[in-house]
Amino acid sequence: MHQRNVGSGLRGFAVVLACCTFGLVIAGALVTSNDAALSVPDWPLSWGKLVPTLEGGIRYEFAHRAIAFLVAILTTILAIRMRTRLAWSALALVLAQAAVGGMVVKFVTPAWATISHACLAQLFFAVVVAIVVDLYSVAAPAVMRSPAPLVAAVALFAQTILGAAVRYGLVLPVAHIAGAAVATILVMWAALSILMQHMENATLRRPAMLLLSITFSQVFLGIGAYMARVAYSEAPQPMPVMVWFSVAHVAVGSLAFGAAVALAMIVYCQPRSETVMANRGIVIA
Amino acid sequence: MTKIWMGAVLIAGVTLSSLTLVSCGGDKPPETAKSEATAPAAAGGAAATPDEANGGTVTGKVAFAGEKPKMATLDMSANPACERAHKGSNQKSEEVVLNDNGTLKYVFVWVKSGLPDGKQWAVPTSTVSLDQNGCMYKPHMIGIMTGQNIEVKNSDPTNHNIHPMPTVNADWNESQSPGQAPMMKTFARQEVMVPVKCNVHPWMRSYIGVVGHPFFAVTGDDGTFTIKGLPPGTYTIQTWHEKYGPMEQTVTVGAKESKAVDFSYKG
Ligand SMILES: [Cu+2]
Repeated sequence: MHQRNVGSGLRGFAVVLACCTFGLVIAGALVTSNDAALSVPDWPLSWGKLVPTLEGGIRYEFAHRAIAFLVAILTTILAIRMRTRLAWSALALVLAQAAVGGMVVKFVTPAWATISHACLAQLFFAVVVAIVVDLYSVAAPAVMRSPAPLVAAVALFAQTILGAAVRYGLVLPVAHIAGAAVATILVMWAALSILMQHMENATLRRPAMLLLSITFSQVFLGIGAYMARVAYSEAPQPMPVMVWFSVAHVAVGSLAFGAAVALAMIVYCQPRSETVMANRGIVIA
Repeated sequence: MTKIWMGAVLIAGVTLSSLTLVSCGGDKPPETAKSEATAPAAAGGAAATPDEANGGTVTGKVAFAGEKPKMATLDMSANPACERAHKGSNQKSEEVVLNDNGTLKYVFVWVKSGLPDGKQWAVPTSTVSLDQNGCMYKPHMIGIMTGQNIEVKNSDPTNHNIHPMPTVNADWNESQSPGQAPMMKTFARQEVMVPVKCNVHPWMRSYIGVVGHPFFAVTGDDGTFTIKGLPPGTYTIQTWHEKYGPMEQTVTVGAKESKAVDFSYKG
């Protein structure tokens, strides 16, 4: 990472982008949970218009498209201003995501496109989180010997893939449940090893505790989403309890993955300056 | 930083590999939807029509012997136009419709096997209507021959998308605005059944039975069915209900003979 002066405006802008991206994840989850992806059969226009009649499932799908458009614009501006590999990666991901979203509609939700769309969303969110962490120069320089934070991040990402595959009926929920157990253990390994050794260091303690609490919340939301799914399996339409549990599960899943990526960034990345090094230097076993 | 960036690329690569694996296993048709790849009459040669005067007839009724299921009331509040169409009355799900005489409505009945191999059957020139009315499909279930036209109409003052979810036929999803001209659609391959849904109104669901010959029926308000003009022979008659699934019986009919085959779902 090359050194540069980062203004508070750019940091704020990146935070706004991260918030919008999180909103986009929620909007996407609302589309999926309400089975509304194909309520707008054309793309990029919606029912042949810029703004369609907002009724039924069209409300969710159009809101998703509108927020996606906003996020793409914000990402483009950020990439042009930052000109870093991370920012260009974010731009590439958001454009790829828009294209895959279009293919989901054009090719009537083929499995490869819908799962890719769900996974690219998580990757994009993680890259935006990484940009924010990078811009705020949050780093605890370390001679990192433990792969735990990176492994935890990969496990949480794998869980988002499995979760999407369960939502589309491609794999049985048991795979996602087993994955949850593994991911939770890996998150505990990453977070607790940091907490046990570096409780006094707020730069490490805060994200580690955040990752732990988000992951535990996610497990309970997962149980709730599964129970709601079973309870309403014979419902003739998406029921609100089922929708909100599923949306919360997807959204908090993104937060967990984002927190794991942030923690990995903080642990593995070199700080921007010697001052930071002196103040926050740490060694993780 | 470089390591993290490379990690992200690696994760993306793993994702794509996983997706390839996932998508390879995801498009298999379920067991109940197997196609016998029946060729419709359009392939050429003399296409036959059911000989109603001299052929055999299979009649029957589909009874329901289980505990009467309670159907959910549909929540149409997401679209006021749909709610208004029912003027405050509660529209129930049509997943199970029990007739007053204890029979089931909307059961698809068809000759699953037994017809002469390779025989070409004429595609009826009549169209079968599938209307979107009151944000419900009218009727809830239809049967057509491969290549036969379905006329999809929108009688509502609201937008619908029509999205069949076949496993052996081609996927499609089209919009139909209020007042838009009816659209004609066909299915090329035999498939029992093709679910149809509207994603604007997720409670809207109907089923289309697509058969490669003309020997099928859908039970109505009296739960009975009649299949006429069968060549003399032994046939497997299959029923299909969206909640209770398929049932089968074998029947042998001769020329001008009529046989009764009754079915009973236990719930
Ligand atoms: Cu509709």
